[in-house]
Amino acid sequence: MSVGEDQGLPSPQGQGAPVAPGASARGAPARRPRTAREARAMRGPYGRLGQAVEELDERLGIARGLRVFLDKIFPDHWSFMLGEIALYSFIVLVATGIFLTLYYVPSVSKIIYHGPYAPLRGQSVTEAYASTVNLSFGVRAGLLMRQMHHWAADIFLGAIVIHMARIFFTGAFRRPRELNWTIGLTLLILSLANGFIGYSLPDDLVSGTGIRIMFSILLSIPFVGSYLAFFLFGGNYPGTAIIPRMFIVHVLILPVIIAGLIGAHLFLLVRQKHTQFPGRGRTARNVVGSPMYPHFIAKTTGFLFMVAGVTAVLGATAQINPIWQFGQYEPYKITYAVQPDWYMGWLDGALRIMPSWEFAGWGHTIPFVVFLPAVVFPGLIFTLCFAWPAIERWYTKDYSSHQLLDRPRDRPKRTAAGAAMLALMMTLLGASATDVLANFFNASLNTVLWTFRVLVFVDPIVVGLLTWRICLEMQGAPGVGRRKRAVVISRTPEGEYVSTPAAVRPGDERPELEPVPVPAYITFEPSRVNGEGRTEASGRRGGVGVRRVPR
Amino acid sequence: MSDEFETPSGHGAAVTSLPFDDPHLQEPVRHPRRTEAVIGIAFLIGLLAFALFGAVYVQNWPAWTYGLTLGIGMLSVGFGMAAWGKYLMPQGPFVEPRESHESSEQERQAALASIVDRGGVAIKRRKVLGGLLGGGLGIFGIVALFPLLRSLGPLPGKTLLRTNWRKGSLLVDVNGRPVHRDDLQVGGIMTVFPAGFENNTQDQAVDQTVLIRAQTGNLVTRPGRETWAPEGYVAYSKVCTHAGCPVGLYEQQLKLLVCPCHQSMFNVVGGAWPVFGPAPRPLPQLPLYFDENGYLHSQTGYDQAIGPSYYERE
Repeated sequence: MSVGEDQGLPSPQGQGAPVAPGASARGAPARRPRTAREARAMRGPYGRLGQAVEELDERLGIARGLRVFLDKIFPDHWSFMLGEIALYSFIVLVATGIFLTLYYVPSVSKIIYHGPYAPLRGQSVTEAYASTVNLSFGVRAGLLMRQMHHWAADIFLGAIVIHMARIFFTGAFRRPRELNWTIGLTLLILSLANGFIGYSLPDDLVSGTGIRIMFSILLSIPFVGSYLAFFLFGGNYPGTAIIPRMFIVHVLILPVIIAGLIGAHLFLLVRQKHTQFPGRGRTARNVVGSPMYPHFIAKTTGFLFMVAGVTAVLGATAQINPIWQFGQYEPYKITYAVQPDWYMGWLDGALRIMPSWEFAGWGHTIPFVVFLPAVVFPGLIFTLCFAWPAIERWYTKDYSSHQLLDRPRDRPKRTAAGAAMLALMMTLLGASATDVLANFFNASLNTVLWTFRVLVFVDPIVVGLLTWRICLEMQGAPGVGRRKRAVVISRTPEGEYVSTPAAVRPGDERPELEPVPVPAYITFEPSRVNGEGRTEASGRRGGVGVRRVPR
Repeated sequence: MSDEFETPSGHGAAVTSLPFDDPHLQEPVRHPRRTEAVIGIAFLIGLLAFALFGAVYVQNWPAWTYGLTLGIGMLSVGFGMAAWGKYLMPQGPFVEPRESHESSEQERQAALASIVDRGGVAIKRRKVLGGLLGGGLGIFGIVALFPLLRSLGPLPGKTLLRTNWRKGSLLVDVNGRPVHRDDLQVGGIMTVFPAGFENNTQDQAVDQTVLIRAQTGNLVTRPGRETWAPEGYVAYSKVCTHAGCPVGLYEQQLKLLVCPCHQSMFNVVGGAWPVFGPAPRPLPQLPLYFDENGYLHSQTGYDQAIGPSYYERE
């Protein structure tokens, strides 16, 4: 094949293009063009864009880097799209969030409501609550923006978790990518925190209860708990400081850190390049897929629109967090079936099923019933996640760098561990709905509680063992999921049966689809693969820049 | 054949060309015209939906029409773009080399030497200066944290022990109305505050007390609390000892107070002892008495800290 031929670095004026008399090959033109045609000729074959790139390159040297960027290869596998969902829901979060900050008032000063929401008129509410209700009903597209923001947050966290599971199960966190695993985990934790803080801002009855629980969790920490709680809340609960403080953390401090870490996450991704699944032409020393331009730009921009579109449709049709139904938060009021957003559910579930252990003595109290499930347990879970690359290195004694991904079934122990962890989390999430489940199944709360206390230990073990077994079974069938080659059984004159693999099916063997470098030029040599009658016009329809290069 | 691309080729990859009819430049679909038509329809729907969003905005139609037009527009346009990128662009596959980022051993040594040797010559020589600077920056680092942390709030001190319940506090509801002995039937429940503190959120949070009429006669919840619940009126702190939620549900038949957050249950006639759920301690009980006009007062304040446990709690 004649692909990959190196043409050196031809000048931008290219072969065959008319060179204007006044234009030098590089640098500033010698004189001003007199006619439009002459100006066009002086710009060279790539017109104004060519001129702009030339001017920028002369000053900043961008051309080479631009080409490396445009040629960057993205592996074509659906699972690489999960991180994009997270990235794009973050963009939706920022865009809708900016809109919300223009109307939200972070204050717990009480006012008498005189807004567009009639049932609330004349009631004493905080400015935070009133402004959230007002921006939902009194501002055009305000309700949409608020609901999109909330939906995008739920999707953001979900996408992060699924993306992280993909990274885990395929072993993409291994050397040399441990740092990016760490950054990603930090992003998950910060996003959890910001999600919680965000839905606490409206000062409605449900979220206010969540803040109250958070204060109690802080109190439960031995030695420093009450100090920490008093510093963060500016005094005893509830105080007036927590809403304005959470506001600035939610809209400035955490988003800036998250955006910076996303930048670092993507920088490392570009620097270290993507991992890829093993396959035809794919080795540890290359990346096979589609280039950044035009393929990936088109696909990923389209995907950005699709993610935003989904949040918009959800925001329009699926009501979320209707705070006007919950009512203003009052510290002495409470409502039935109080649940946090889904990503905090596992912590709430852990709080619910924990036995009521408490140490009291020597003038001190340590409420293990809160401290263990709400502080120690998440600490252990996240520490385990942070340490996993090191744990696996230590266990497998595999210290080498990996650019090719594992299929999960080929690493049964890791896959089992990941599945067990997800099972634990899902069980705890279920445990955050004990009262709803007891109501729904008409069972006693005691039954449901003890069921979850048992399941939280049984589920991870059963799921882990089952996953491990399924992985082993799938390993036993190496061709599973692949198209099998036929085997011809023949009988020799002696009566012996011999099996010979048949030739590869005609449609399966496509040597012409070995990966090639992204071409910078498309040439119009006389066709080597003639017979299709393709013309210049049909070549142009391929969607790539077409340029005639005479031989 | 892929070997030749794997060799590290420095930054600018080779400038390569392909003939226009190379199979790598074919579109991956069999009928590009049909794909084109589908994408065109998607873009058209997107265009119309965006225009409709403009109309919705100007006319201020119902809230859901905003999101539906915007969402359908973005979904259609996004679908069209993604399909264009996936189906109507050269199918490849394309490849780029993955270079090793490692520097040479010599470069590594040079970097380390620059830090250690060059720095050592200049800095290690002046140990006292270095020590003083290090000490100063260290103290700066510590004291710089003080305003960041300590200014945020007051020290807890005894705050968590205090409520506004005093000897003789009049029980009032949230509107300031005193509670009379005829106000509650058996099984009735209400939230009460000490008179004068019923309007302030900060006070409500610590003072909130649940008043239940458990029976008609005098109720003795625990030994030593013989006079605390006259005529069956019994009062407990409404702040759950587990995570601080208001214990707002009362199960009349079983005489249980239930916390809706984590389902702790407290036995009302037994001194609010926790009988189910994660709450580790009973709710503190407020001793009550009737004045000569039949209004309820508290005999004293709470005898212990209300609400969830903390380290300094005795």
